[in-house]
Amino acid sequence: MTGPSTYQPRNAFLKWFERRLPILGLVHSSFVAYPTPRNLNYWWTFGGILSFMLAVQIVTGIVLVMHFTPNVDLAFNSVEHIMRDVNYGWMLRYLHSNGASMFFLAVYIHIARGMYYGSYKAPREVLWILGVIIYLLMMATGFMGYVLPWGQMSYWAATVITNLFSAIPLVGDTIVTWLWGGYAVGNPTLQRFFSLHYLLPFVIAGVVVLHVWALHVAGQNNPAGVEPQSDKDTVPFTPYATVKDAFFVALFAILYAWFVFYIPNSLGHPDNYIPANPGVTPPHIVPEWYYLPFYAILRSIPNKLLGVVALFSSILILAFLPWLDTSRVKSGNYRPMFRICFWVFIVVCIGLGYLGSKPPEGIYVITSRLFTFLYFAYFLIALPILGLIEKPLPLPHSISEAVLKKKGKAAKAAVATVAGLLVVLGGLLGAPTRASAQEEVATPPLVKWSFGGPFGHFDRAQLQRGFKVYHDVCQNCHSLKLLSFRNLAEPGGPGFSEAQIESLAAEYKVKDTNDQGETIERAARPADHFPPPFENDAQARQVTGGAIPPDMSVLAKARGFERGFPYFITDMIVQYQEAGPDYIAALMTGYENAPSGFTLPPNTFYNKYFPAHAIGMRPPLTDKQVDYPDGTPQTVEQYGKDVAAFLMWAAEPHLEARKRIGFQVIIFLIVLAGLLYFTKKKVWHEVEVPRELAHGQDPRATSM
Amino acid sequence: MSSAEPTRRDFLYIATGAVAAIGAAATLVPLIAQMNPDASTIAAGAPIEIDLAPIQEGQVIKVFWRSKPIYISHRTKKEIDEVRAVPVNSLPDPQPDQARVQQGHDAWLVVIGICTHLGCIPLAKQGDYDGWFCPCHGSQYDASGRIRRGPAPANLPIPPYKFVSDSKIQIG
Repeated sequence: MTGPSTYQPRNAFLKWFERRLPILGLVHSSFVAYPTPRNLNYWWTFGGILSFMLAVQIVTGIVLVMHFTPNVDLAFNSVEHIMRDVNYGWMLRYLHSNGASMFFLAVYIHIARGMYYGSYKAPREVLWILGVIIYLLMMATGFMGYVLPWGQMSYWAATVITNLFSAIPLVGDTIVTWLWGGYAVGNPTLQRFFSLHYLLPFVIAGVVVLHVWALHVAGQNNPAGVEPQSDKDTVPFTPYATVKDAFFVALFAILYAWFVFYIPNSLGHPDNYIPANPGVTPPHIVPEWYYLPFYAILRSIPNKLLGVVALFSSILILAFLPWLDTSRVKSGNYRPMFRICFWVFIVVCIGLGYLGSKPPEGIYVITSRLFTFLYFAYFLIALPILGLIEKPLPLPHSISEAVLKKKGKAAKAAVATVAGLLVVLGGLLGAPTRASAQEEVATPPLVKWSFGGPFGHFDRAQLQRGFKVYHDVCQNCHSLKLLSFRNLAEPGGPGFSEAQIESLAAEYKVKDTNDQGETIERAARPADHFPPPFENDAQARQVTGGAIPPDMSVLAKARGFERGFPYFITDMIVQYQEAGPDYIAALMTGYENAPSGFTLPPNTFYNKYFPAHAIGMRPPLTDKQVDYPDGTPQTVEQYGKDVAAFLMWAAEPHLEARKRIGFQVIIFLIVLAGLLYFTKKKVWHEVEVPRELAHGQDPRATSM
Repeated sequence: MSSAEPTRRDFLYIATGAVAAIGAAATLVPLIAQMNPDASTIAAGAPIEIDLAPIQEGQVIKVFWRSKPIYISHRTKKEIDEVRAVPVNSLPDPQPDQARVQQGHDAWLVVIGICTHLGCIPLAKQGDYDGWFCPCHGSQYDASGRIRRGPAPANLPIPPYKFVSDSKIQIG
C-alpha cells in the first residue's frame, strides 16, 4: 500500500522505463494490487462514479468552450448556437448541464455514505477534510457555470450569491464590487467567472489526487467499520473493485442518459431561457436544486449577516465532523440510536431542499427554522452526546466475521425509521401544495402532444400549420431571431422543401451593405435569420402600447407553470416536458372578461392562465383568421395548439434526434450494465463462495 | 471443474470488453464531429453571384467565398496570348490555359487566391509573368494562375463556378 512498489514489468522496454520513472508501479500499486476490504457494498462505488462524472464534465466542458463566447451580448446566443448549429452541440451541452446535477447527486450520496459509516473518523480525518474542500470547490464551480449561459436565472443567481459577501461588516461592499469588477454584475463578472469556471475543475482534479492518496494511505473504511487485519479481509482492487465500480457506473449512466435525452430541462428553471435582463428580477428566484438546502438555511434566519454565517457554517461544519462525533464506533450498523438520528438528518436535508424551492412566507418560514435547528442539532447536539450515552451493538472481530454473519434485524429497524420519516415528509410536502394552490391562476389543460414521451416526434403538418399562424399573425409583433429560414427545411422540422424556403425567404427584407458601402435592403436568403418586426424595444413599445413582445425562438422552453408536489417527481418518470407548449396553447384560449372586482391596468387584457392575469398582448387570434387549406378546424384552440407545437420545435429543433439517440444510448447501457453485472458475479464468485468451502482450496491461489 | 468453465468465462469477459469498447468508440463520434463546420458555417458557404460588368479589361478584383479570397481577372488580349504561347510541357504543373477558363469566356480567369506552397495570398499583377507574386516565399504565377517559379508545387486552384449570363458568374 505504501513504500516502494514490488511491481516488475516483464517487457524489456517497460523495465528500462520503470527504472527511470516508476509510474507503472504507482498505477499498479494504487489501482491494481491495492487491497480493498472485501465487504464493501455498492454505496462505495460512488467514488468511482464521481471520478467518472468529473471526467465527463471536464471533457464536455472543454468542448463547449470551443463554441461559447463569454460576453454579455453574445453568451446567450452562443449557447443557443451550440444547441442549434454545432454538430451534436445539443447533446454536449445537455450532458454538461445535467452532468452537474448528476455530479452533485453522486457527491451527496458519497458524503452521506461517509457520514453513516463513520468514514471521517481516525485515521481518515485528513481524507475527509480534503473531501469537504472538493465539495466546496464543486459548489463554486457549479455556481459559476450556471452564470455562463447569461439567462435571467444566471444573472440573478450571480447577483444574489455575490451579494452574500456584502453581509461582511466594513469591507463587504468593497469585496462585492471587487468580485463584480463593476457597479453591478456585468461583462467583467461574466468573463472572470468563465475563466475561473475553466480553472476550478482542474483544481478539483488536483485535490482528488490528494484525496485518493490519503485514502490509499489510510485504507478504505468498510460497512463493518473495523480495519482489515489480514489478507483474508481484503481483495485486490483490480479486478474486484474495478468491475464492481464499472457495473455501478453503467447503472448510474442510465439515470444520467434518462435526464440528458428525455428530460434535459427538468432540473433547470424555464426563466434561464430568457436572456439576462438587469432591469427585471424574476418573481421566484431559486438556485439549482443542489444548493436548495443551504438556500433554505440562509432564508430562515431573519438577520442578513447571521443568515450568511449560518449558510457558510452549515457547509463548513462538515469539516469538524471527526471531532464532533465522540463515538469510537465507526459504522452506523452498530449504533442503534445514531442510526435514527442519521436518517432524521437525511430527511431534514431533503426537507430543507424542498423548503428552499418555496417562497419565503407563512408555514415555509417556520418549518425552515425548525429544520435549520434540526440540521445544526445533528452536528452540535446529537453527535457529541450520542457517543457518551449510546450502547453500541457488539462489533465483529474482523471483516471476514462480519461477512459471514447475516444482518437482518438492524436493517429492518432502519427501514422502518426511514419509512416513518418519509410519511412525515410526504405530509409536509402535501400540505404546502394545497396552500399554494390558492394563487388561483388556472392550470393549463394537458394537451396530448405528438412529440411527448420517449418516441415522440413532431407532426409535420402541425408544424407547417403552426408556422402559418406565426407567419400570418405572431410575426407582426414577435421576433424569431435565433431561427434561420434554412431551419424550416432541416431534418426533424416542419419539412418545407428547399424551393419553398427560397421563396419564403424572398418575402423578407434584410439589411446588408453594397459595394459602395451603403446600407441597403435586399431579399433574404435561406441562410439569413428571421428579421425582427421592430428596430428596437422603444419602437415595439410605441406600436404595441407599452408591452415588449418577447422573442419566440426559445419561448416554449422559457415558459411553464408550477407543477407542484408530487408532479415534479412523477414528471421525471413519465417524461412530462411539455409545460411550455401546454402553457402557450392555454394562453391563446385564456382570454376572458375580467371578474368583477378585478381592476385591469390600462392597455392590458384579462387572461386566466397568465400569472397575475393582466397581459399586455391583446387577444391575438380569432376563429377563421388563418386559412388552413387541409380542412383542419380553423379555431382559436387549434391555432393555439399548432403554434405551440411550432414554437416547441423552434425552441428544441433537435428534439427528434435527441429522443432517437437517447433510446439507442439507453438500450446500449442496459446491455453493458447487464454484461458487467455477470462479469462482476463471475469475478466475485470465488470471494463470495470461497473455494475452501466449496472445494477445500485456498481462494487466493487461483483468483489472481 | 471441466475445461468448459474457463472458456465460458473468457467469452463473457471478451463480450463485456468488446461492448465497452464499442461504447467508447461511439462516444468519440460527437466529440470529433463537433469540431467540423457547424450548420451555420455550412449555410453561410452557399454560392454567391458576382456581377462582372464593372470589371475593366486588365483589372483584377478579389471577392470572398467560404472565407477564401477569389481572384477574378479580366485578362487583356496580350496576357491571353502570352500564357497560350508557353509550351505546356515546360511548366512545373503542366496545364493549358484553355483548361483553366470556361469555353467562350477566355478573358475571364477565376482562381482561388491562396498560394499552393503554404497558404499565403499572392499579390495580383506582380512578378515576372504578368500574374501573381507570393510575398511569403517568392512563388510566381502567370496570368493563367499557373506556377512558373518558386517553391509552390501546383497552379492556383479554380473554384467551382459557372456563367449565369455573359456578365455574371455564380461561385460555388
